[in-house]
Amino acid sequence: MVAAARSRPTDTAWRLRLARREASGLPEIWALLDRLTDPEIPAVSLWDLGILRDLAWRDGRLIVTITPTYCGCPAMSEIEADIRATLEQAGYGPVEIETELKPAWSTDELSPEAREALRGYGIAPPCIGSALTEKPQCPRCGSGQTHPLAEFGSTACKALWQCDECHEAFDYFKPI
Amino acid sequence: MAEQNTRQDTLEYAQRLGDDAVVLGHRLSEWCSNAPFLEEDLALANTALDFIGRARMYYGYAAELADDGRDEDDFAYLRDQRDYRNLLLHELPRGDFAFTQARQYFIDVYNQLFLEELRQSADERLAAIAAKAVKESRYHLRRSRDWMLRLGDGTEESHRRTQTAVDNLWGYTHELFELDPLEQRLVDAGVAVDVAALRDPWREQVGTLLDEATLRQPADDWAVRGGREGYHTENLGHLLTEMQALHRAYPGCSW
Ligand SMILES: [Zn+2]
Repeated sequence: MVAAARSRPTDTAWRLRLARREASGLPEIWALLDRLTDPEIPAVSLWDLGILRDLAWRDGRLIVTITPTYCGCPAMSEIEADIRATLEQAGYGPVEIETELKPAWSTDELSPEAREALRGYGIAPPCIGSALTEKPQCPRCGSGQTHPLAEFGSTACKALWQCDECHEAFDYFKPI
Repeated sequence: MAEQNTRQDTLEYAQRLGDDAVVLGHRLSEWCSNAPFLEEDLALANTALDFIGRARMYYGYAAELADDGRDEDDFAYLRDQRDYRNLLLHELPRGDFAFTQARQYFIDVYNQLFLEELRQSADERLAAIAAKAVKESRYHLRRSRDWMLRLGDGTEESHRRTQTAVDNLWGYTHELFELDPLEQRLVDAGVAVDVAALRDPWREQVGTLLDEATLRQPADDWAVRGGREGYHTENLGHLLTEMQALHRAYPGCSW
């Protein structure tokens, strides 16, 4: 039982998010927003990262619900501006952006596509379940033999690790 | 009436927590481009951002409760030092690297305990902010704890500097665990954290680490307090002068 539970880490957070997107019933607006990426990780869309949470019409206005990744993420205001500009250009404006803090953003909300894209970009994706003790796999050679170099990499969301097999240093998207 | 009072108290409480966060965030940001090596420079700057981000969330909430046209910037940039209610530990000058890490370690242990409690607050907004921030504090603590071990149990000089830092900081830690009447009212209302109850677990964790790092726990023979009443060390005025200068000279300026 324990082994089975371990081999299938929970992706509940991601599934709940997907269900909410589908329930909103606005696929063409979601498609527009799917083009937007995090300015600090251009390989991953805002949706895949878990920043975009919901879309709804309220009293004739489009409401976009987002959540910040890290408290001090300096990209959030740029992200809001991108969302606004994209939707307003497409004739949906003026839109309202609401920030939702609860539940707090977690890397478990990342889409499977985000995990793949990160790996392709040279960033080890976060392990599911926010286990601080788990070792990331090297995004270059796939080795599980890795060790940390620094708690913070180039941005708040990443740590710097090194692979013991191919010896490359790599960014690790920290599970949180 | 009682509800109105709790609202006013909660506003003040959110502002206090914002003050703690912004002042420490500013102190940490002073290391940017001055840290001993690149990774540490990034780590300190990123930690600073986390605290400044927290301050924005607390001030944003305070501004909503105040509902008088002020926004988060007014709280951060347009109040003088007597209006600031941060605990004094946050405002002490950054000192050397050992001082910065020792202070950070004390505050990280405290925050982990504090935020875990604040998550249970009857005030949903404060609970949500805490739930978010506590995850980051876990990382902060992991790092500052490592540094305490490395510095305390390191070279003769790193040990000496870290012990000096611990000694000089100790008298400022008592204030972390004291409740004034406002916070006591909010504890009774289920909103604020009963910080007096955090003292024992804090001391236990810190004591164990100090032992492990071959550092001595100082005697409790002096204490400085007054931050929550707006009585500060001279350092806060200098900090605010620098932090607020731009906003005061060019109100609303953005770039
Ligand atoms: Zn490798």
